[in-house]
Amino acid sequence: MNVAKRTFDAVIVGAGGAGLRAALQLSEAGLKTAVLTKVFPTRSHTVAAQGGVAASLGNSTEDNWHWHMYDTVKGSDWLGDQDAIEFMVRKANEVVVELEHYGMPFDRTDNGKIYQRPFGGHSMNYGQAPVMRSCAAADRTGHAMLHALYQRNVRANTQFFVEWMALDLIRNSEGDVVGVTAIEMETGEVSIFHAKATIFATGGAGRIYYSSTNAFINTGDGVGMAARAGIPLEDMEFWQFHPTGVAGAGVLITEGVRGEGGILRNASGERFMERYAPNLKDLASRDVVSRSMVTEINEGRGCGPDKDHVLLDITHLSPETILKRLPGIREISIQFAGVDPIKAPIPVVPTCHYQMGGIPTNYKGQVVVPKDGNPNVPVSGFYAAGECACASVHGANRLGTNSLLDLLVFGKSAGETVVEDFKSGNLTLKPLPADAADVSLARINRLETQKGGTEVHDVRLDMQRTMQKHAGVFRFNDLLVEGVEKIKEVAEQAKTTQIGDKSKVWNTARTEALELDNLIEVAKATMISAEARKESRGAHVRDDAPDTAENPNGRDDKNWLKHTLWYSEGNRLDYKPVNLKPLSDDVDPIALAKRTY
Amino acid sequence: MSKRTVQFKIYRYDPDKDEKPYMQDISVELEASDKKLLDALVRLKTKDDSLSFRRSCREGVCGSDAMNINGKNGLACLTDIDGLPQPVVLRPLPGLPVIRDLIVDMTQFFKQYHSIKPYLVNNDPAPERERLQSPDDREELNGLYECILCACCSTSCPSFWWNPDKFVGPAGLLAAYRFIADTRDQATNERLDNLEDPYRLFRCHTIMNCVDVCPKGLNPTRAIGKIKEQMVRRAV
Repeated sequence: MNVAKRTFDAVIVGAGGAGLRAALQLSEAGLKTAVLTKVFPTRSHTVAAQGGVAASLGNSTEDNWHWHMYDTVKGSDWLGDQDAIEFMVRKANEVVVELEHYGMPFDRTDNGKIYQRPFGGHSMNYGQAPVMRSCAAADRTGHAMLHALYQRNVRANTQFFVEWMALDLIRNSEGDVVGVTAIEMETGEVSIFHAKATIFATGGAGRIYYSSTNAFINTGDGVGMAARAGIPLEDMEFWQFHPTGVAGAGVLITEGVRGEGGILRNASGERFMERYAPNLKDLASRDVVSRSMVTEINEGRGCGPDKDHVLLDITHLSPETILKRLPGIREISIQFAGVDPIKAPIPVVPTCHYQMGGIPTNYKGQVVVPKDGNPNVPVSGFYAAGECACASVHGANRLGTNSLLDLLVFGKSAGETVVEDFKSGNLTLKPLPADAADVSLARINRLETQKGGTEVHDVRLDMQRTMQKHAGVFRFNDLLVEGVEKIKEVAEQAKTTQIGDKSKVWNTARTEALELDNLIEVAKATMISAEARKESRGAHVRDDAPDTAENPNGRDDKNWLKHTLWYSEGNRLDYKPVNLKPLSDDVDPIALAKRTY
Repeated sequence: MSKRTVQFKIYRYDPDKDEKPYMQDISVELEASDKKLLDALVRLKTKDDSLSFRRSCREGVCGSDAMNINGKNGLACLTDIDGLPQPVVLRPLPGLPVIRDLIVDMTQFFKQYHSIKPYLVNNDPAPERERLQSPDDREELNGLYECILCACCSTSCPSFWWNPDKFVGPAGLLAAYRFIADTRDQATNERLDNLEDPYRLFRCHTIMNCVDVCPKGLNPTRAIGKIKEQMVRRAV
């Protein structure tokens, strides 16, 4: 097959929030940049974020970045790197104000400032009371943000390759990244994008689970590509189950509903979060709320004929508040739950939502790997930001509204790093290896010719059911051990997927098969990392690591205060230390403590 | 809802093998959990993986799965499958070139969107903090900023069908008014100049198909009326 070659200063894969924010940095600095995206930019999954973006603007309640940092470290169950967290929370006001200047239609306070609402795990004065930190555009913050970022990129003349799917990372013999291969969906042609810098902003892989708030496109493409190219994946055992997915449909209901006063109730109408989190109640951290809900359901206090969900109640809020602050939620609830939340509560269950782990990076957006005894050596030419990356700011559990902040801060930071490296002459166009496209062409060719193999949708469903059963909200040692074997079997099945559609033009069967290759890497990484981590921390809670005096909440800092690194080859595991030291001397390290809300 | 079978009549065309498009009769047995038309299409695709359509968020916010459903444009993910008259007739959005099956070439649609300069223009030096905007002024943007660029409106508009290269179309004009209405934007005059043309704005004949089909309940016709009002106001 003939493979066209295109050359750029930088190639960005993904045009969600992180990709678009990075692209702005590069386009405005005049770098020749290609942004590859498998969907039109405004269809990226950032569009579905609802509740807000965190920044300690203090527009309605007193606030400062120290409190935000404390909340984020505590939320991460101390697995987050404190240098990256300090960097993120101190940049928050700047990147949010920038967005406002780009035209983002934030809601407003009476004095014209950006409207802020309370959110789970965000507090004032180190955990004392909820704080209003989430900057919101009604309950459509992600939509407003993604469109504002796309619009700003239109102004900056960013060059997009729309409906191009990146296939594989290209590394030379030194391990430097020199670009990616990609397929144009409309023609089926494979091209090489040769670049001095490659930035991955490909989002998460929530579709590894059966029940997910994530879009169909969230198939972990960048994470899978990195893993296949020998880059380890960090902390993949940590997945966030959002407390309020619509029961049955999985569609997200923002935590902003509880920020506006919504209450979770069990079958007897009890506000059960008062028992689990006496202080922050319904606004406790997401992992805590999800586990409390599942406990209620498991102990027979669930709602509905099958007692399989709980209720999110906002009937006590005024219809005006609901229509003004939560109009999108009302639409979703009517559409997918058949309930008007003005009149009746919404049935909800914890649903897979966010990937805390990912491609290991530092706070500058450089991808880092262990080399010669140093755990964090930058891979030349390779950068990552947003959900596909692990900086790590979310550690073992992300706080709501910190994801939109993450993609803004680290999208910008990765962009700035590339621009600096470019200007200082540190970035050069390294020669392509002779076999640069071979792996991708072989994958395409296998799908062309595979006979007697497995069906993509069957393998995908097997994977999703395995993940759901064996690596869910609560984890059990025997299920994890069994899950590892099962997911390895599923991975074998994925090697022989076959497709009926052989067309060159917009072949979505082929796209789904290629996406499955990426999902499978993520599923293996998750199951194997989870089985190995013999403690409970944040979103990873197992039956054989209970709450004891020695290990509060089952967390074992002596043995497990460390990041997991999973390598695809041989499913090998390695570990590296957590950075407990902030970036500057302006703040003391947040000392280890038991997490309560 | 238990298992049930749905009959479809679907526009099929693969330029790689078909000489011309045809309507395919096909049925699918749904699972109890299949509630929306998109669920049915995903189910159908397990039977025939060559059926091609765009989809992503499946909750009506990304704008990918717009199509013509029983003669009316809409989003597959927001359309209840039960209650749709059968056979459910699916065609690509009208008026745009078909690439394959239900997938259309949206180049012309986005070209018109880009032509209205869809970004905030404010040439004052950026302040350190946010630009202030009163809640009432912000309220003016409601019903405008929520557009998901699905193209249901523009591709249901006869004026857009006749002049897709010259008439901006309802989606683009809604976006134009979104910036005109924004108190932070300083380019109202240029925006009005850009639209003062027999085609770009004035091909709208208030047929209102756009309002009828918008899956987000937006009203492009009203926005177009407001732009016309502003033009009249600045002329006198």
